[in-house]
Amino acid sequence: MKEHETLGQRLQEQGISRRSFLKFCAAMATMMALPPGSAQAIAAALVQAKRPSVIWLSFQECTGCTESLTRSHSPTLESLIFDMISLDYHHTLQAASGFGAEQAREEAMQAFYGKYLLLVDGSIPLNDGGVYSTIAGRTNLDLLQEAAKGAAAIVAVGSCAAFGGLPNAQPNPTGAVAVSDIVKDKPIINISGCPPIPAVITGVLAHYLTFGALPALDALGRPKAFYGETIHDRCYRRPMYEQGKFAKTFDDEGARNGWCLYELGCKGPTTHNACATTKWNGGAGFPIEAGHGCIGCSEPKFWDAGSFYAPLPAPAADVSSVAKAAAVIGAGAAVAVSAMDRAKRQQAQRTREKLTIADLKGE
Amino acid sequence: MDQEMLLWVRGTGLQIAAAVFVIGMAYRMLHLLLLGRRQSLAEARGSEWSGGLRTMLRRSFVLPRLSARGKFTVIAGYLFHLGFFITFFFLSQHIDLLRAVLGVHWPALPRGVIDMTAVLSIAAMIALLVHRFIDPVKRMLSDYQDYLTWLLSFLPLLTGFMLLREIGFQYVTLLTLHILSVELLLIVAPFTKLAHMFSTFIARWYNGAVNGFKGIEA
Repeated sequence: MKEHETLGQRLQEQGISRRSFLKFCAAMATMMALPPGSAQAIAAALVQAKRPSVIWLSFQECTGCTESLTRSHSPTLESLIFDMISLDYHHTLQAASGFGAEQAREEAMQAFYGKYLLLVDGSIPLNDGGVYSTIAGRTNLDLLQEAAKGAAAIVAVGSCAAFGGLPNAQPNPTGAVAVSDIVKDKPIINISGCPPIPAVITGVLAHYLTFGALPALDALGRPKAFYGETIHDRCYRRPMYEQGKFAKTFDDEGARNGWCLYELGCKGPTTHNACATTKWNGGAGFPIEAGHGCIGCSEPKFWDAGSFYAPLPAPAADVSSVAKAAAVIGAGAAVAVSAMDRAKRQQAQRTREKLTIADLKGE
Repeated sequence: MDQEMLLWVRGTGLQIAAAVFVIGMAYRMLHLLLLGRRQSLAEARGSEWSGGLRTMLRRSFVLPRLSARGKFTVIAGYLFHLGFFITFFFLSQHIDLLRAVLGVHWPALPRGVIDMTAVLSIAAMIALLVHRFIDPVKRMLSDYQDYLTWLLSFLPLLTGFMLLREIGFQYVTLLTLHILSVELLLIVAPFTKLAHMFSTFIARWYNGAVNGFKGIEA
């Protein structure tokens, strides 16, 4: 396998000007909330960076994460930087198939043992020996454990790999789990979202190339630079929330005037992601700008958190039926206890003995 | 774990709290009503119903003549209760919850008004607690249940206000804490003096009815 050249050489070959490269570095520095001077440092480090080998494993997933990445407003530098890594195995994108494909993966794993980045999208089914998802006859669990051994770090791309996602939703028939439930001895970075924002994927890779380490992570293993704030924090409709102006339906006067979508089920206040700032489709917009509330796709268990169209204060489970049953039980208990009380009173009255002078005298 | 905790308090936690609250309240209130009163053999000198209903109303809305010391407790108490009711029933987020559970809804009050009622309620509660510490008679009469019920009523107000203004913690954490504090209140309410949220009207009706039967103008 060919030793990977530096990023600088590859950029020159492809005719990328230093000016546009520096603009990209400045954008990355801004996006990751690094100090202004660090754009130079990123540029210096990236030019010298060797293209790391990347192995991308797709498990129980819908390919939406790969779709998201391939639509990273090409042909900008963001997609080019992805060319700048050596994507040695990605069974959706690669030309090879069958034994050839599996051979490419094994060769890369041997040649760059301890150095390659392992990207995973999709959850890993564990029920019934993991038979619900196999590649070339091998279970996802087997493939992940093998590939994780030689990985420098693992990037869990998308909510399925990061938290279990849709396959993990109740009743989770395949026993789907996240990468971090299986691999415990490697640094794991979770880039959650269904799908994640492409610039966030490339941003994390750029950070890794620049600093040789993973960025600062939050409690759920997500890069703080992108998941540090909620959608609600940076939403352009936030003033409407503060003023108590809520759209009641998707086509009422309020909705047309850009009022807050909280009552229509927006999960923005509890969802950490960069949609409101980084945006989608080349910066064209994000779901709330299209008039739909946030569904909270970058948070764990978002499929099980009640309807996407129920407001946050609404219960995530059926409380009304529980309350009705409870009222019947409580009332039934009261009637039963009262009947017992009454019976006891009547019994006491029947068996009551009159007090006599003799009793008082103690005779 | 914040998200999963929030999911739990919005789902299973709320179901448990609602079940305990409804079972407890239904049992205690119905049991109280079924106890009844011994039938009076005297001739009625007035109506039980009119006396009962009148007292329920008058005790709720009319300030009785009060000594200077009693006045503070009554006024601060009224302010707390009013603030609490308005905040609970007229904040749009609470109406969203009630609509989801009960299926009924009504217009919300503006956020600025709710801010004021919440702060008023919080301030009145703090003043009442301080008064409970300072006043020797109140202090002597208070037991652990008075402080427990104060705390359980205070926490939803405090966490709710912090949530509206996003003070101190992230929205997810504050929402979880707020719902959790309400669930604690719901679970404990039927078995402490917080049960007065329902029993107070029954008690007032009994008082009024007894007086009404005797023909007392109360």
